[in-house]
Amino acid sequence: MAAPETSTAAVPTLYTNNTLRNAFGGVLSFFILLLIGVLAFSIRLFSVIKYESVIHEFDPYFNYRVTQFLTKKGIYDFWNWFDDRTWYPLGRVIGGTVYPGLTLTAGTIWWLLNSLNIPLSVETVCVFTAPIFSAFASWATYLLTKEVKGAGAGLTAAALLAMVPSYISRSVAGSYDNEAVAIFALIFTFSLYIKTLNTGSLFYATLNSIAYFYMVCSWGGYTFIINLIPMHVLLCIVTGRYSSRLYIAYAPLVVLGTLLAALVPVVGFNAVMTSEHFASFLVFIIIHVVAFVYYIKGILSPKMFKVAVTLVVSVGLAVCCAVIAVLIALVASSPTKGWSGRSLSLLDPTYASKYIPIIASVSEHQPPTWPSYFMDINVLAFLVPAGIIACFLPLTDASSFVVLYIATSVYFSGVMVRLMLVLAPAACITSGIALSDAFDVLTRSIKFQLPGVSSDAEVDEGETNSDTTEARNDEVKAEKPEEKSKDRPSKKSKKKEREHVEKPSAKAKVKTKAEKKRLLALPLEASVVSLLLLIVLGAFYVVHCVWAAAEAYSAPSIVLTSRTRDGLHVFDDFREAYAWLRHNTDVDDKVASWWDYGYQTTAMANRTVIVDNNTWNNTHIATVGTAMSSPEKAAWEIFHSLDVKYVLVVFGGLIGYPSDDINKFLWMVRIGGGVFPHIKEPDYLRDGQYRIDSQATPTMLNCLMYKLSYYRFVETDGKAYDRVRRTEIGKKYFKLTHFEEVFTTHHWMVRIYKLKAPKNRIRGKTMKSKSKTSSTSSSKRSGTKRNPWL
Amino acid sequence: MEKFWVIFATSIFILLPFTCNSFSLETPTDRRVLVLLDDFAIKSSHSSYFNSLRSRGFDLDFKLADDPKVALQRYGQYLYDALILFCPSVERFGGSIDVAAIINFVDSGHDLIIAADVNASDLIREVATECGVDFDEDPSAMVIDHTGYAVSETEGDHTLIVSADFIKSDVILGSKKITAPVLFQGIGHSLNPVNSLVLKVLSASPSAYSANPKSKLSTPPLLTGSAIALVSVIQARNNARILISGSLSMFSNRFFRSGVQKSGSSTKHEKSGNEQFLTEISKWVFHERGHLKAVNVKHHKVGETDEPALYRINDELVYSVEIYEWSGESWEPYVADDVQVQFYMMSPYVLKTLSNDHKGLYSASFKVPDVYGVFQFKVEYQKLGYTSLSLAKQIPVRPYRHNEYERFMPTAYPYYGAAFSTMAGFFIFSFVHLYNK
Repeated sequence: MAAPETSTAAVPTLYTNNTLRNAFGGVLSFFILLLIGVLAFSIRLFSVIKYESVIHEFDPYFNYRVTQFLTKKGIYDFWNWFDDRTWYPLGRVIGGTVYPGLTLTAGTIWWLLNSLNIPLSVETVCVFTAPIFSAFASWATYLLTKEVKGAGAGLTAAALLAMVPSYISRSVAGSYDNEAVAIFALIFTFSLYIKTLNTGSLFYATLNSIAYFYMVCSWGGYTFIINLIPMHVLLCIVTGRYSSRLYIAYAPLVVLGTLLAALVPVVGFNAVMTSEHFASFLVFIIIHVVAFVYYIKGILSPKMFKVAVTLVVSVGLAVCCAVIAVLIALVASSPTKGWSGRSLSLLDPTYASKYIPIIASVSEHQPPTWPSYFMDINVLAFLVPAGIIACFLPLTDASSFVVLYIATSVYFSGVMVRLMLVLAPAACITSGIALSDAFDVLTRSIKFQLPGVSSDAEVDEGETNSDTTEARNDEVKAEKPEEKSKDRPSKKSKKKEREHVEKPSAKAKVKTKAEKKRLLALPLEASVVSLLLLIVLGAFYVVHCVWAAAEAYSAPSIVLTSRTRDGLHVFDDFREAYAWLRHNTDVDDKVASWWDYGYQTTAMANRTVIVDNNTWNNTHIATVGTAMSSPEKAAWEIFHSLDVKYVLVVFGGLIGYPSDDINKFLWMVRIGGGVFPHIKEPDYLRDGQYRIDSQATPTMLNCLMYKLSYYRFVETDGKAYDRVRRTEIGKKYFKLTHFEEVFTTHHWMVRIYKLKAPKNRIRGKTMKSKSKTSSTSSSKRSGTKRNPWL
Repeated sequence: MEKFWVIFATSIFILLPFTCNSFSLETPTDRRVLVLLDDFAIKSSHSSYFNSLRSRGFDLDFKLADDPKVALQRYGQYLYDALILFCPSVERFGGSIDVAAIINFVDSGHDLIIAADVNASDLIREVATECGVDFDEDPSAMVIDHTGYAVSETEGDHTLIVSADFIKSDVILGSKKITAPVLFQGIGHSLNPVNSLVLKVLSASPSAYSANPKSKLSTPPLLTGSAIALVSVIQARNNARILISGSLSMFSNRFFRSGVQKSGSSTKHEKSGNEQFLTEISKWVFHERGHLKAVNVKHHKVGETDEPALYRINDELVYSVEIYEWSGESWEPYVADDVQVQFYMMSPYVLKTLSNDHKGLYSASFKVPDVYGVFQFKVEYQKLGYTSLSLAKQIPVRPYRHNEYERFMPTAYPYYGAAFSTMAGFFIFSFVHLYNK
């Protein structure tokens, strides 16, 4: 579809019909963006096609439950929702502790659809929220990159973002988590900031604050924005790029943004009280000082200005010192220096593992491994440096922002796996710039070395041809070369326009331009080869992304599959267990499990839980961890004091599911031991090694988690071979005294135990197994006490 | 899958007795009593005890302990409300009854009277042990008291002893004081001091010991002094009551009628205290006394009558409960000044004594603490001799809604003033700045 259009658009190479070309370019861009949106949406549907339309993982279940509540009860009840079914008996004020953006978004979509008489269920809306917003995110990327380097780079970046695996991993259909909308909000806020920076329009500045508000509503990662933008402003000031546009881009954002952020209940006064926000206020002060200085400079003569500067600087320094001293004293007086644990672990990556086991225990808070970069951003990792260089040619306010963005996000992604997600858009933007510039240079070189004047058409023809030979009739791939060939003319026309303004004489312009371009041109063969190589690189990226979307990131994690020689095995044990709880237990019964399964239990089984994935109360989690690491009787007492009726453990030893409770157990010990010092980690380790075989410590073999996981396990294969730990377990035959097994799922992945009621009677001391001899040999009572041989 | 069903079914089967308590709330007193005897001679030799039960309306069903047709339940329904084991020497019960059946009978809320004797069988001992009572391990041991024996015509071996060391509880032994001491001849037992469910009703005197009277005492006896329990009662957690006595003969007509004189004491009672003691205690065991019920647990905000689904912090509320005691024929208001209610979340936040109106209505009014969470109204009433009351009602307490805070606080007026004056000042400044050229 697009190939003939390009050729027709490119045939009249004269600039007399620039408007026509612009119009064509605009229409093309629109359609390409539309296709990118479709691509972004559809590549995320693998999970629905391969599995089913179901909410994924852990946190999305909570969001889903909150959305259900919102759609049922309305926004005011949601705001004031005190949930008595989690964190028993403490409860949780959901309205004040949740980022409401995602919920409100999905709730609004549902409400809109319903008022249009489209009766979709809340679950369906929730499942498809993330793919829809990833399309928005790629459009926002287009807007951002367009402001930085023009529409061509914008389209390339948008296409890259639409399928970057890192983002796909958090936004496949069903992954109904905050990040699904937050990444869109993040990019959109940045793009509006750049837009304001480029235009100096107060309108965009206001929009920017509203976008920032949406981001604050959506995700705790908003602190990234409110630190990155001040950093950029500071950078601009320091490099002497202060302008009134910068002021308009920044000052309204801080004032309006902070006011709006304080409206979100979960943020509230944090917007002015915590250290995460201090940078923005400091820069706010600085930019005012700078603005004032520029103003004074404007009205004073240079000589007077110098005098004034020396005066102000000497006084100002003293005041600054005093203010900074007060600030430091204030910050230092709080124990964590005013920073929350998660933020501190960003600044000092070893902080969490040293002090907060509960943060360190979450797998997505671990630092990433090198392969995960190649997995998550693939070839972009190679294109990013080129993109950074391209940003420096020439360095504008906007491109310096991109450089800053990529630099900081690379650092953060190195601290936490989960922040790869912030890196992905930055990588896409820089790579988009790099790719677009590379194509620009290469095709231009080819064009000016080919014989004939009407080179444009041929180049485009050739380019598309080579593309189609590379592309294997894949829709996704067909779109890419197309878009590359498109953004080039539109870009060129822009350049021409610019030159047109500069130079009035058209003829002279043609000459100089042609000369200039000749000088810049690369050899023809080199250009063609590198063009082909770039296309191959792009093809690799597409293949990898589709593979990642289809195979790696689409599993909903509540349904597991494994492919063996016998065929496909489906492990639907989680839902089996939750359904059992839902149908066989009393509605007010309390279920204890490790916190990972809290959200799912409340959402799927509708039972009260003790702890859940919102790890706000370390002591409560430590209590459960202590119970799990205690012997049966002590554990029973802890659970009984919390009114627990059922205990749920996840056990993967039978089918080899590695993320089960035994593998998480050391974290329970650590977190429990952090609050209750009688639980000591070394008691569970043999020579520093965590093991459950016959070498395991007695503490380990007697703790509740071991017993609940391995109770009756020997009955499965006679040897009690654990497929995850690849060993036979240490203690195979034992009985439970205070718990009774009530349900074990088909593949033994979830086991549910009930606490036995306290004994109705207390038995006497006399042993039941009275030997017959003692009853026959009467009055030999003392004989049993003493050594009979003496 | 089938396996799970079996497990599930069995677990239900085990749990079922716990769930269906046999006391009907209306009439907790037992009606049908199965009496298992060693031989029918006991029926006549202990007739006055049985007659006193019959006269109080009990339906006694006498069976030989090894009768093959004897059964406690049929089609899952218990045929009797209580069981009297006057068969100390039985080695094996007839029919389907075994130790587990008797224990299940108790665990499903039925009452039990066991009278053991010298040479009590292992079976009876095992039942007693399950209930928390350990008879002297030596089967032929008896309680001997060389100072507190009953004076009789023949000197004897001082195994017929006299005891007046009763538990001090009007609920268990009735309000009328037992003046005459009780005659006892049989085996003693000991109780585990940490066992909170078992009560020593009649204990031996400090000079008593437990030994075989026929053999020479070679080693110090294990059970001595007032640690020896002669008669004990157990109230299980489900309020089933059990009486365990080490002597069958103390229930006999002979002991009921005989006069009693403690050695070394000049007072001679015409009639032993056995009849009064055993009759009164059987009233307690068969729930004619000391059985409480709590009904109509209500709570509401002060000034309202409807029970809310949840409270807000700092609400004033009223909690009330009606407690009645079973008098044998009807429910009478229970009057006490020590019933307390807890407002409980992991620990009691409010602990308040309920005031009563002498008509059984107990109530207390208090303020919800300034803490939100899932609370419980808890009444844990455990008083000696009474059935335990354990009421727990869950109630969430929520924080203020967003619009329940004060809208304008007087202390904040300087801030309001500052905000509005700044706004006005800014407006004027803009106006001047824009149009003053």
